[in-house]
Amino acid sequence: MDPLILSRIQFGANISFHILFPAITIALGWVLLFFKLRYNATGDSAWMRAYFTWVKVFALSFAMGVVSGVTMSFQFGTNWPGYMETVGNIAGPLLAYEVLTAFFLEAAFLGIMLFGFRRVSNRIHTLATVLVAGGTTVSAFWIIALNSWMQTPAGFEMIDGKAHALDWWAVIFNPSMPYRLVHMLLASGLTVSFLIAGCSALRYLYGDRSESMWKALRTGVFAAAILIPIQIFAGDQHGLNTLEHQPQKIAAMEANWNTGAHVPLVLFALPDEAAKENRFELAIPDGASLILRHSTSGVVPGLNDYPGNHPPVFPVFWGFRVMVGTGILMLIVSWSAAFFLKRRRSLPKPLALIMVPMALSGWLATLAGWYTTEIGRQPWLVTGVLKTADAVGPVAGSHVALTLAVYLILYVLLLIAYLGVLVHLALKAAKEGDTSPLPGVMNAAMSQPAAGE
Amino acid sequence: MTFDWPTALPLIFAGLMGLAILIYVILDGFDLGIGILFAGAEDAEQDTMIAAIGPFWDANETWLVLAVGLLLVAFPMAHGTILTALYIPVFLLLVGLILRGVAFDFRAKVPAGKKHRWNRIFFLGSTMASLAQGYMLGVYVLGLDVGLGGMAFGALVALCLSAAYAAMGSAWLIYKTEGDLQGKAVRWLRVTLVLTALGMVAVSLATPFASPRIFDRWFLWPEILYLSPLPIVSALLFLWLWRQTFHLPKSDDRHALRPFLTLAAIFALGFAGLAWSFYPYVVPDKLTIWQAASAPESLAFILVGTVVVLPIIIFYSFYAYRVFGGKATDLTYD
Repeated sequence: MDPLILSRIQFGANISFHILFPAITIALGWVLLFFKLRYNATGDSAWMRAYFTWVKVFALSFAMGVVSGVTMSFQFGTNWPGYMETVGNIAGPLLAYEVLTAFFLEAAFLGIMLFGFRRVSNRIHTLATVLVAGGTTVSAFWIIALNSWMQTPAGFEMIDGKAHALDWWAVIFNPSMPYRLVHMLLASGLTVSFLIAGCSALRYLYGDRSESMWKALRTGVFAAAILIPIQIFAGDQHGLNTLEHQPQKIAAMEANWNTGAHVPLVLFALPDEAAKENRFELAIPDGASLILRHSTSGVVPGLNDYPGNHPPVFPVFWGFRVMVGTGILMLIVSWSAAFFLKRRRSLPKPLALIMVPMALSGWLATLAGWYTTEIGRQPWLVTGVLKTADAVGPVAGSHVALTLAVYLILYVLLLIAYLGVLVHLALKAAKEGDTSPLPGVMNAAMSQPAAGE
Repeated sequence: MTFDWPTALPLIFAGLMGLAILIYVILDGFDLGIGILFAGAEDAEQDTMIAAIGPFWDANETWLVLAVGLLLVAFPMAHGTILTALYIPVFLLLVGLILRGVAFDFRAKVPAGKKHRWNRIFFLGSTMASLAQGYMLGVYVLGLDVGLGGMAFGALVALCLSAAYAAMGSAWLIYKTEGDLQGKAVRWLRVTLVLTALGMVAVSLATPFASPRIFDRWFLWPEILYLSPLPIVSALLFLWLWRQTFHLPKSDDRHALRPFLTLAAIFALGFAGLAWSFYPYVVPDKLTIWQAASAPESLAFILVGTVVVLPIIIFYSFYAYRVFGGKATDLTYD
């Protein structure tokens, strides 16, 4: 088979697997800090139990993120040597800063955060939590800067076919970067909120009414209810930014074949790229013009303006709809749950049953969103600078096919094991409730008792 | 002599990359080695062995990310050439690292009945990653020779580097454990040390014959004079460490860290020998560090950050090691 398409599938599979875990760790670090600060302020050991339940999920997710991230840093070279050869002068420093300012910080203090509660003072343990949470966020900052630069490159010039930086500020804070960063950080927040809410709902369904369960449940539900409207607003702003800088992506997202005014908002369709039309279209008249231009007569770019230079329509169109649909579902579920928790101080069973599978809704929306934006960048790897087809390496298709097959099997098995552990941890916590043992006191010189001991 | 940045920057980055690789090989070497030694350990010993590396492995592996990151960042041309030539071994290394890394966490969190499975995966992943690294070193030394001879030599180096990692793992266990396991680690060290020495001799013999340029650098006067301390000091350290293994562990555990430091010194000497042989090439006899380097303005931008951040990283890494200093006890989330 064609090494190009195989390499693309392989990188897509790797990065899809990878993003699942940073999507959790970026925000979970801050949630753990919240648990820790509540514990520091109240001395209530239920907060610490919530911390220790979720720090295990953090540790596991972090390890999964690290190993899949290492894989990607090698795959730039093994599969996409043309990428670094063309834009290495830009991509290199951004990746280097990620390693230097984020990876080491996270990795060094993660040990203290996980295993050090009895070995360092409470203050240092809290500081370690801050540094790990900060590290994951800084890491997101650099990688989003690079990703956004590939979408909307700025601050560089081409000399002999290679990108050279002119203005690092413009490179890092390129036009789409602030929007994408906010959108991704909020996505991580929502992923974690629903994960915590869903796992806590599972505990609730198994009869767990412990303080640590309530605390985690409320944290998850209220955080989700607050973040989702902000995310919808931020997503809309990001869409307007894309309209300005990557109109062909918007055209594909809306499956709009012809530039013009009074463009409808297509709710459902099977875009047919060969015939350049939508089949089984269900649309709201003037909807797209209204959303994108805030006027029914607003002109929306169409695919006819970008012959041979626009992304494949079907995956971009549907990726976007899956993301938005999941977002709407998130809004309904989180606000209902927040209403019942706030007014009734209880959770109806059917709602809890819905919340359990919704634990993974953040993953679905995040992946769908990334597919929209990344496939939406095609046929370019770096918009206007480097085509994906020109970056692929000289590796034989059979080699790529073999490694791809092994990666896919490995990822599926690891994902099953990961979800199995999540359920196992939730059920174990449900069984133990507030009697779950706090870590045993060690004979370490600096060991501290937990509050209430 | 004026200071010429475009000349100096690639040199500085080659040095930084070398340093990152060396630190990685030493630090993750003992992690991977302990994974290999898992095969010969009892259940209870395995828990202690994990406790001896649990808080550190993540930071240790980050040095590999830095090393490959610097290769990618500072020498983008070489990055593509080397990694496409080593496509399959790199893949095996990655799968090994994935399995090893996740097994750390899974073995501690799955229901008790499944722990054995993840212990085996931990061994498998560590062994695979070590073998792949050794193989890549062997093939690289022969100038990225992927013919039959290169593969055979790669296989030999793979075995020897794995043994060297197992030796590092043993030495780390001597430092971090006590009692029966410590005694066992001393015996492991003795066996693996022999294979380590064999591997260093093999690489040392093969390197000069891989290219006439390196041959000249090794055996012509006066170059031979500069190089000669490396093998002599290495051999002395080996012999000394070998003798030590018959006297360890000492009463009240004196000098428990010494085998580890000695091995680290041997690794550093071996690494210096390789660096001396290949300089100024980053892809042997094909690309020099200057031909492969990124643009000076990009290197300068990274260097500023590196100079500020690297000392901080080293400082807090030491702090983390200090927090978890002393003998390893069972690792709990505390």
